Amino acid sequence: MEPAAKTARGVWRSVVQTGALWGAGAIFLALVGLVEAVSHRQIVAGVLSLAYALLLLAGLGAGTQVSRRWAGRAAWQRIVGGALAGALVGVAVELLVVIGRSVNLRIMLINASPPLYEILSFGRGLGGVPLMMLAQTGAGAIGAAAPLLPPWFRRPVIAGLSMAFVIGLFQDLVQLMLQSGVRAGLRSLLFTGDGLALHGAVLLFVFAAGLSVLRARYRAPAGRWAVGLPPQRRRVLRWITMGAVVAAILILPWVAGLFISQVLVLVGLYTLMGLGLNLEVGFAGLLDLGFVAFFAIGAYTVGLLTTTGPLAVAHLAWWTVVPIATVVSLIAGVFFGLPILRIRGDYLAIATLGFGEIIRLLVLSDFLRPWLGGSQGVLGIPRPVLVGLEFRGPQQLIYLTVVASALVAFVAARLRDSRLGRAWMAVREDEDVAEALGINTVNVKLLAYGIGGAFAGVSGAIFAVMLGSVFPHSFNVLISINVLALIIVGGMGSLPGVMVGSLALVGLPELLREFSDFRFLVYGAVLIVMMQLRPEGLWPTAVARRELHDGAQAPAVPGHAVELAGAKEGDG
Amino acid sequence: MAATLVAARIQRNWLQRLSVIDIFLWAFRLAVLAAVVVGTFRTLYSGRYAGEVWLDFVVFGVSQGSVYALIALGYTMVYGILRMINFAHGDIFMCGAYTAYYAAGALYRAGVFNRQPLLSLAIILAVAVTASTSVALLVERVAYRPLRRAPRLVPLISAIGASFFIEYAVRGLYGSGFQAYPEFEVFKGKWNVFGIGILRTQAVVIVATLILMGLLYLFVMRTKTGTAMRAVSEDMEVAALMGINVDRIIVITFAVGAAAAGAAGVLYALVFKQVHFFMGFYPGIKAFTAAVLGGIGNIPGAMLGGLFLGLFESVGPILVLDGLGIVAPYQLKDVIAFTMLVMVLIFRPSGILGERLAGKKA
Repeated sequence: MEPAAKTARGVWRSVVQTGALWGAGAIFLALVGLVEAVSHRQIVAGVLSLAYALLLLAGLGAGTQVSRRWAGRAAWQRIVGGALAGALVGVAVELLVVIGRSVNLRIMLINASPPLYEILSFGRGLGGVPLMMLAQTGAGAIGAAAPLLPPWFRRPVIAGLSMAFVIGLFQDLVQLMLQSGVRAGLRSLLFTGDGLALHGAVLLFVFAAGLSVLRARYRAPAGRWAVGLPPQRRRVLRWITMGAVVAAILILPWVAGLFISQVLVLVGLYTLMGLGLNLEVGFAGLLDLGFVAFFAIGAYTVGLLTTTGPLAVAHLAWWTVVPIATVVSLIAGVFFGLPILRIRGDYLAIATLGFGEIIRLLVLSDFLRPWLGGSQGVLGIPRPVLVGLEFRGPQQLIYLTVVASALVAFVAARLRDSRLGRAWMAVREDEDVAEALGINTVNVKLLAYGIGGAFAGVSGAIFAVMLGSVFPHSFNVLISINVLALIIVGGMGSLPGVMVGSLALVGLPELLREFSDFRFLVYGAVLIVMMQLRPEGLWPTAVARRELHDGAQAPAVPGHAVELAGAKEGDG
Repeated sequence: MAATLVAARIQRNWLQRLSVIDIFLWAFRLAVLAAVVVGTFRTLYSGRYAGEVWLDFVVFGVSQGSVYALIALGYTMVYGILRMINFAHGDIFMCGAYTAYYAAGALYRAGVFNRQPLLSLAIILAVAVTASTSVALLVERVAYRPLRRAPRLVPLISAIGASFFIEYAVRGLYGSGFQAYPEFEVFKGKWNVFGIGILRTQAVVIVATLILMGLLYLFVMRTKTGTAMRAVSEDMEVAALMGINVDRIIVITFAVGAAAAGAAGVLYALVFKQVHFFMGFYPGIKAFTAAVLGGIGNIPGAMLGGLFLGLFESVGPILVLDGLGIVAPYQLKDVIAFTMLVMVLIFRPSGILGERLAGKKA
């Protein structure tokens, strides 16, 4: 329990603080335009839109936080506290409505518009004001009650709600996938014309909750069963799983349709880049903010060597150019790394950022226009053809990206476990010690830049054929930040983490088009929050989990904190 | 006989010590130097630009550089204390400029703007400083303070996140377009200083920067808080043992740096006459260059570095690149700044005035 919550005044203060904080968060979401942007996305048709889900999430969060902070108190106290905090969130939100209706905030805050106020008051004018407060109070109470529930009950409920939420959120995509035959039947069962029907949501809830119960019941026995099998049988089982995965990938683009395939290709490209940057940042600890340069180099190499346009250097087939592009990016990586070998830590990040920008500005300039096409870029890049099959669109390119990603992930995994990989990790942990132990830090770091760059080069090569053209504007610093964000979210140094990160940070925003304007807002918030709550990422490596969690807990012990501070001074 | 052997050994040692990297770095250095010398020589030899043109560029460079210098102060002071690059500092600068735009707009509509230019400027500056400072304190509290004991990469990533969060929050709140700053009638045209015509805005920027710099320097060197700041930057633990409230000093450092950045934002907007949510990114990086150039953690160094960078960036394209026969050299203005950044980081991370601190802080 927090000391502040011990006294009666402390109790009130923590409620007010929590409510005000989450209320400010809700107001921020409203004013930044997110609430209005997602107000048309219905989760359950006619019942709940994403905008309200977001707003009520604030009340829910406030309630949960109060309840967590008051762990050890009576249940009714926690629920009342949570409800109060939720009510405060409602008051804060409605304050915005009341103020906004009398003062024109729009001069400064472009989103403080009447439609927003309509949303915030349930479209009932001032009559909706108490309604929102009531709703937030309820959300706060529910949020406070959630930690009180026993896990066997909470888990299925959360699973059910998440299922209904996710299907509702992506209902248009799900409906696209359910077009014919049995699938069409399923569609008419769950959806109405406007979206997910209420009964559909309930069905999904029951389905997922039941699945969760079953899983809790049978997961451990199933695992024991698999472990208990003789090795040969287990190998067969593994082959069957792998076969199923491959089959799923093969039919995926045709089931999912053009749009999702397009998104998945992007996810694949970012996974490729992420694997490269992961090698630099995650394995070798070299924070590189100019990473997009290698992506650009790969794309431009393909562009210039295959284009049918006037800038062509050669007219080679894409398949012959890919190895060339990879090697060119590898060499570029080594040359990029050479001058900055002796820079460390924060300075390295800025220096690489500078390098990346130099390359982009040079490509964009009129000076190199005769060779690289300036801002118009390189056009007319033909699609690759394999034994008569043309990789026309995303549904074909997806195979290419999947194969390339799998290959690169395999290489990365083998590298990680190799002598070189161990050397990278030694350099990451402490460069001086690594050098003292006889590791040639120069070669090791150059190889990290080179191989990381080569991976990004492959990604760029596919990117070039995906667009059929290459523009310098596609290679700004935001891409580097994007890639960095995804490997951090996934877990630095973790290979499955890259995949998870790019699905979460590239796939999701593409599917939720309304979010596109807020993508970097969310990335920024995610980076800050992740660094505090889960610096090891969503799918961490074992080492990172151990280290970062020990480090985070250590300062709680006073004597330990001083020691840590001393250690920090030492490496500073 | 023995002497030649020793000589040979020394020579071999010297040669052995010269690694491939050294050779590469020397080649890089010489190439840049050669480009600068050849370009300068050819430009000057061709005599294509008159003296007045150069003077304009120099004045522009100085005014630009003084803005960089003001922003650089924040980097330098924070780095001096926390050994951390406040990556979001450029965006804090943007917040000041952008928020002050609304104050300027309101004053303009009220008609005060041109009737009372000095008062208006003071109000705008105050708004900018307030906005920047509050954002900076928020960022410090939310994104940096919880991570003070974390491994080094962690706060930097958090700072990158903060930077993008601020940018896109401002984009969402204020809009994504360019907003035109109103212009002061008084500051249009040129002033004649010693027979040299200087654009008035630029003169204002230079003078305002000089005043602010002087104040800041006095604050850091003469006041008790300033002394405490220097003590914390020298050794945080010893300072804490001496009874200095380190947390408070860190907050004050952020606040002072942000105030300077906010003021810089207004000055920047006076020169360029527009604001945009992404306007802080490049000036931020350039100001960081200036801070490193002058020796990070060193306040006069930041001023010097800013001026140097501004000058080079404004004169460089014409002086060097034009002479090398590069088309549209002004497009590559930022390339010059970034090349300087990379070169400083590679060759002299301790900066011009940074020798004293080199061992400990770089």
